[in-house]
Amino acid sequence: MSYITIDRDKCKACYLCVNECPKKLIKISKTKNSLGNNIVEFCDEKGECLGCAMCAMRCPDLAIEEVYKG
Amino acid sequence: MVECLKDKKVLTKGNYAIANAAVLAGCQCYFGYPITPQSEIGEFMSGKMQELGRAYVSAESELAAINMVIGAVSTGVKAMTSSSSCAVALMQEGLSYAAADELPVVLVSVMRGGPGLGNIYPSQGDYFQATKGGGDGDYKLIVLAPSTVQECADLTYKAFYLAQKYRNPTVLLADGMLGQMMEPVEYKQNPYPEIDNSNWALTGAKGRKGRIIRSYAPLASDRCEFLEKLYKKYKLIEENETEWEEIGVEDADVVLVSFGGTARNVKIAAKMCREKGIKAGVLRPITLFPFPHKRLFELSKKVKKFITVEVNMGQMVNDVRLAVNGNAPVELIHKPVGIPPAPEEIVKQIEELI
Amino acid sequence: MAEQVFKIPDSIKKNAKFSYCPGCDHGVATRLVAEVIDELGIREKTILAASVGCSVTLYDFLEIDSLEAPHGRAMAEATGIKRACPDKFVFTYQGDGDFASIGLAESMHAALRGENISAICINNTTYGMTGGQLGPTTIMGQKTTTSPTGRNREYYGYPIKIAEHIALCDGTAYSARVSLDTVANIRKAKQAIKKAFEVQLKGLGFGFVEILSTCPTNWKMTPDKAHERVRNEMMPVFKLGVYKDITAEG
Repeated sequence: MSYITIDRDKCKACYLCVNECPKKLIKISKTKNSLGNNIVEFCDEKGECLGCAMCAMRCPDLAIEEVYKG
Repeated sequence: MVECLKDKKVLTKGNYAIANAAVLAGCQCYFGYPITPQSEIGEFMSGKMQELGRAYVSAESELAAINMVIGAVSTGVKAMTSSSSCAVALMQEGLSYAAADELPVVLVSVMRGGPGLGNIYPSQGDYFQATKGGGDGDYKLIVLAPSTVQECADLTYKAFYLAQKYRNPTVLLADGMLGQMMEPVEYKQNPYPEIDNSNWALTGAKGRKGRIIRSYAPLASDRCEFLEKLYKKYKLIEENETEWEEIGVEDADVVLVSFGGTARNVKIAAKMCREKGIKAGVLRPITLFPFPHKRLFELSKKVKKFITVEVNMGQMVNDVRLAVNGNAPVELIHKPVGIPPAPEEIVKQIEELI
Repeated sequence: MAEQVFKIPDSIKKNAKFSYCPGCDHGVATRLVAEVIDELGIREKTILAASVGCSVTLYDFLEIDSLEAPHGRAMAEATGIKRACPDKFVFTYQGDGDFASIGLAESMHAALRGENISAICINNTTYGMTGGQLGPTTIMGQKTTTSPTGRNREYYGYPIKIAEHIALCDGTAYSARVSLDTVANIRKAKQAIKKAFEVQLKGLGFGFVEILSTCPTNWKMTPDKAHERVRNEMMPVFKLGVYKDITAEG
């Protein structure tokens, strides 16, 4: 199963990853991080993630730290 | 092609003496842009550095030249540039950065007439430029002022040594007369030890964390701490490295203060004064920073009058006044630009002043 | 077992947090540089000549040796470093103002001399750090804080096309313009950076990449809209492509 890990304290809420994900698996959360930003969350209940890493390639802050393809 | 001669006496120009000594001192990189009256330095270096497999770059400007030196010395090697007056003005930004980044830059500044484009005659009009700085912020350059062609060579060795020892940009402040005149010179063995740079030089982060050489400090507190530390270093330099020559000052009524090429005629003038019954002595600062403030202050307790002799509108005279601190009058004999006043002319003016 | 297909490059400092504005492409460019350094295995022999502008903080993010440079003088310092230590890998990372306005003489002459240096120039058509003033790459009609009615010929003249100019220098081995507006273009940008680094390692001369980049803060746009502007307004003026590659066949 493919998945990503997010460092919530690096997220600056630019939300570029939200639009980038071809499966729309990244959503804006209601929780705020130490920077006061509404961070993004990876929500993949159906196991749709492709492990394409486009979100990580797009993220300008290395907040999406790891991508696993399985 | 002028040879790099060691342990041999040769008749040569000041500019060649400087260049030759720099090569013998182990200067690995020369970066420069031509300007009269110091172009012989770059000409000599262009051939010699290539012959020795060292680096030479004909820089696109003095701005580039000084920053190339900064780049080279940041890796721990000895490097230099040379220039003159209106072009040294272009290097002030780089010198401020080099002082702030504590980098052992060596600059040979062969003064010509200013301000503006001025002319190519000898001058001492850049005393302020060298000792007070034209770059931003609080910093000091070590400034060495040769008076003979031999000293041009000797102080070049010293400039590289002091720059590395204190990690501080160092200026060899000569003038067009010294640069162009010929005298016998003997290139001795470099008398100074090599300085170990391995604890700070940029060599690639192999087996260690990356090093950053920078002065950028966004926090005010960081900057305060840094400047306090920097000025402790300058104090240490003052304690250890202040150098001057003095002749007949112990019983002198009048002490003539003069630096560089001008001091040559001043020494003759002092001798002529003695023959006329005027008890004159000479104090010649060899380091302009650090300046021999303490020695001048000591002398001011018994000397009746100080007279500075300079080829400018009166620059070092300000430092002499600060040193003497009102204990004795400080007068100025000067010529705005050109060959220093003749000894007879200096004596005549001394007689008028006392 | 899932295979790791993305990780933070080893050349990025541990726990580094970029200080760029939200959505700024600088972060992507910085990561690409780090990835290429890792892939070429050159981290331990790399020396950066830093610049002034938003790009100044690069040394806080990469675990490499770095030297501060006055505004526009990075290329002169890089020349000094490389001439003193020809076996090191030396590069600069500059903004368009640093590289092509105040430092244009240093940049052009480093290319003309064919210095074995690699240079990355971030073109975001403005002076970002000082608040979005008109810069050397501001495009015609673009409004900035110092071109309130838009760039016009009468007051400001024309923007510089950097990659094309650098390609004209005989000492240039590689010059390309890339963009970070899409993931596909990000991948191409990385290949260009790699090429610009490789020509130095092979001793072929000056390697250069101009990266079209966003400045959402000063453009007053969302990061997504900013990428649209890169495509719709910048790319027609600053055309993507390889302008010189002496290693190309044919």
